[in-house]
Amino acid sequence: MNTSISSALPAVAASPHAQAQGSITAVMAKVMLALAPATLCGFWFFGLPALSLWIVTIAAALAGEAICLRLMNKPVNSTLFDGSAILTGWLLAMSLPPWAPWWIGVLGGLFATVIGKQVFGGVGQNLFNPAMIARVALLVSFPVQMTAWVMPMTAAHAPGLLDALQVTFGGGAIPDAMSSASLLGQAKSELSRGVNLLHVFANGLPTSFSGARPGSMGETAVLLIAAGGVAMMLMRIITWHIPLAMLAAIAVPAAIAHGINPARYLDAGTHVLSGAAMLGAFFIATDYVSSPTSRAGQIVFGLGCGFLTWVIRSYGGYPEGVAFAVLLMNALTPAIDRLVKPRVYGRDFKGLPIVLKSGGK
Amino acid sequence: MIAAILSLTALGLILGLGLGYAAKVFAVEGNSLVSELVEMMPGTNCGQCGLAGCGAAAEAVVEGNAAATVCPGGGVALAQAIAAKLGITLSLDGVADKGPMVAEVAEEICIGCGKCMKHCATDAIVGAAKQIHGVLHEACTGCGGCMDDCPTGAIILRPLPQTLRDWNWSKPALA
Amino acid sequence: MGMLEMLNGARWGVHPHDDHKRPAADVPLRVMSLPAKLCVPLLQHVGAPAKPLVAVGDRVLRGELIASAQGNVSAPVHAPSSGIVTAIGEVTAPHPSGLPFAAITITLDGKDEAIPLIEVADPFSLEPAEVSQRIADAGIVGLGGATFPSAPKAQLGRKLAVQTLVINGGECEPYLSSDDSVMRERADDVIDGVRILMHATGAPQALVGIEDNKPEAIAAMRKAAAPFATIKICPVPARYPMGSDRQLVQVLTGKEVPSGARTASVGVLVNNVSTCAAIHRAVRLGEPLTQRIVTVNGGAVAMPGNVLVPIGTLVEDLLAFVGLKETPARLVMGGPMMGAALPHAQVPTVKGCGGILALTAAEITVEEPSPCIRCGSCVKACPMGLVPLEMAAHINAGDYDKADALALDDCLACGCCAYVCPSHIPLVQSFSHAKGEIWKRAQKKKRNEFTKGLAQARVERLEREARERAEVAAKRKAARAAQLAAEAAAAAAAIEATGSQESSI
Repeated sequence: MNTSISSALPAVAASPHAQAQGSITAVMAKVMLALAPATLCGFWFFGLPALSLWIVTIAAALAGEAICLRLMNKPVNSTLFDGSAILTGWLLAMSLPPWAPWWIGVLGGLFATVIGKQVFGGVGQNLFNPAMIARVALLVSFPVQMTAWVMPMTAAHAPGLLDALQVTFGGGAIPDAMSSASLLGQAKSELSRGVNLLHVFANGLPTSFSGARPGSMGETAVLLIAAGGVAMMLMRIITWHIPLAMLAAIAVPAAIAHGINPARYLDAGTHVLSGAAMLGAFFIATDYVSSPTSRAGQIVFGLGCGFLTWVIRSYGGYPEGVAFAVLLMNALTPAIDRLVKPRVYGRDFKGLPIVLKSGGK
Repeated sequence: MIAAILSLTALGLILGLGLGYAAKVFAVEGNSLVSELVEMMPGTNCGQCGLAGCGAAAEAVVEGNAAATVCPGGGVALAQAIAAKLGITLSLDGVADKGPMVAEVAEEICIGCGKCMKHCATDAIVGAAKQIHGVLHEACTGCGGCMDDCPTGAIILRPLPQTLRDWNWSKPALA
Repeated sequence: MGMLEMLNGARWGVHPHDDHKRPAADVPLRVMSLPAKLCVPLLQHVGAPAKPLVAVGDRVLRGELIASAQGNVSAPVHAPSSGIVTAIGEVTAPHPSGLPFAAITITLDGKDEAIPLIEVADPFSLEPAEVSQRIADAGIVGLGGATFPSAPKAQLGRKLAVQTLVINGGECEPYLSSDDSVMRERADDVIDGVRILMHATGAPQALVGIEDNKPEAIAAMRKAAAPFATIKICPVPARYPMGSDRQLVQVLTGKEVPSGARTASVGVLVNNVSTCAAIHRAVRLGEPLTQRIVTVNGGAVAMPGNVLVPIGTLVEDLLAFVGLKETPARLVMGGPMMGAALPHAQVPTVKGCGGILALTAAEITVEEPSPCIRCGSCVKACPMGLVPLEMAAHINAGDYDKADALALDDCLACGCCAYVCPSHIPLVQSFSHAKGEIWKRAQKKKRNEFTKGLAQARVERLEREARERAEVAAKRKAARAAQLAAEAAAAAAAIEATGSQESSI
């Protein structure tokens, strides 16, 4: 036996000689698992057109990734299916109008992985959230298609397979009977016409927990999105710091402003439950690559995302501000990481060794 | 029109004069880059570079008359440090990195003439005349100057033997 | 704890879901049968290597001093059994490099004859300095793995009048149970050692920190410590690296040791439980440190457990004693988190070796590293509050100064960051590499200054010699001139004299 020990040992390696289970792919898979219920709910309410757009967007994101990896002579097979490109495409699809034409999904998917991610050097290198970069690029380039929402329907009234393909690939306009505005969009347009909100929503706010309301797939099923977020916390994929800070920073200013002038400002509940606030707080802002790494930094980041979201929604030109807010805070992430570091054991916040009180032992 | 031309010319003149004045008044004494390089070099003025000491070598490198690899004693590590300081790309063609070197006297060939001792810039070679000489590892810079003086070719350069103390993990290759 | 700190969370470290300590920890202690030879290294401690006192061919007895301490921080080495010294030279060190270090090889005769020991009935009647001397003479070093000589540590504690002894029974590394075994089987020895150490340092109280995954050890130690009010057994949560002195001191006393300082600066001295047991034997029985309990564990070991091993036993002999089920993929000295991979099995065990692991391919990670996704797991795991991912990025870019500015020198190399990393980035190797490069650079600078000084001295010497030669030449010239003048004068005088004589005649 002894001879076999001495002859068969491989090259030595540095410690540790043990590792926890886990990989990038496993992390991505868990995020997708958490996202799945809300996605299925979206398919239910918006029918097959939503499904076909979802497939097209993910395929485009994967294609963009594959082309870039090929051009850069990086291993395609191992990196392409690590889950990050699929997740990027998925999150982008969640933020698009479900009945958007196919080329919106293709352009967005390609933009997300090529410009949003690979140009920066691939996984782990991008400064901005790729899905949000793509969404914002689409929103400013194609405002009409990007704000064409449809009424949710039950499966019975949903278009059949051929009709669904016609919606996504045919290029026809959405029938008037089906089109609708999102709550935030409605509020913004009414305010800009000078109608006060008390009057607009005199019959109560059309908030719906079930997800049966106009919006993107990631905006409507808020409860399932939140449940997915909680599941990710339980799976220890994310911590509470960013989501809680972000939601709080939307709700608190909203509550104060609504308290002062309810005719001008929406209330906190509407702010948190409509639009992409939930999706942003749990799935977008928590993106590892483009958010700070320390817990305190994540709190600062979350507060910034939330407050900017409220500011853009209340005073900006667009009804929804989550994507812009997250991108703005992404740009600040390196600065936050530099300024808000965990305190090193035995050192003060400036990094100098702590000074013992005189008279101590 | 003329007013504009005149005023711009006057402005240019004033600013130009100001710049010229500032260049004279705030001129940096000496070339700090040269002194920084001298600080990095072995400083033994062994002369193996073919120049008159480390100061001359540093000047030559800064002026571009010598390559960053000018110093045999400093080795690849010094060449890389110089290249980084000057922001030049380093060509290591024909420079094999043998790591830090020390001279060693082959006892069976040494005749004890003592010529090497006279040449050594750091007095790293010890031993009486007509006796075998030894090299103090701590003091030898590995410049190789003594090799040329040895009439019997008894001095060779060897890599400094590695010890547990100075062994180090290699830099891991990251994806 | 400040607001920011509370938000940052006080949690640190990792909690491996399977610590692999049992069943090995529950197997009764075995005593290793004497091997054919022992290779006793001269440097088994922090400080200067011991100086051999024996020659090849000498017969030595168990407990005989074979190499003496050199300087203030050093430790002597004793023969672990009787036999003939057959070599004093280099053997492969238990170190990943496979480089050699000096050792005395003893071919054992199997008789295990011992030198007579000088017992002390009441160590508390001795002066503290005398107790320290007995600890020093027995060659005792920190057995938790740090191997700092225990006597100078105790003296330092006395000098700084430390208020608390923290006794480290954390043993947080997975797989290892040698401290657990000492506490279970020799709790009275440990407690007596603690009392002796309190006497030597003057510390009024001792806190024994034991991870709560060792209920048997806690019970045994509580029983042994019951008569002594000044010794408190404190169960601590099982979390790696609880056995790191800074972390244990913070958990037990709430005190934080400043960066770069020793725990003694906050009035605390940390000693390992196995060290305390060795101190008991050294001071009371006069027995030098020549054997220790080693955990032999890992998937490839047939009968894992704790073994009392003579120091200097080759790992090969130890593995033969416990048997191997299969060929190990990696041999490790120490635990899986911080232990050193061994180049082969012909390396000696040393005083600081608490475990030998023979790990199978399934137990070690061979995953290829993938890019960092900035998930921040390493930041949350780091017990020192460092930002490993940033340090690694700077090191990868070759910028060691930036990594150093992020307090790289505070890194314990505990391995938590690399353990949790989902991208399998070899962070510890990266940090060890950078620390080594920074050290080398400092050495190189020192050496440069030294050789510069030598060159300067030579120039001055040559100048002085030239000046002296010139002076000598000038003197000689002057002397010669003076001589010539004197001669001329003498000659002239003589002529004059003869002249005058002649004239007088």
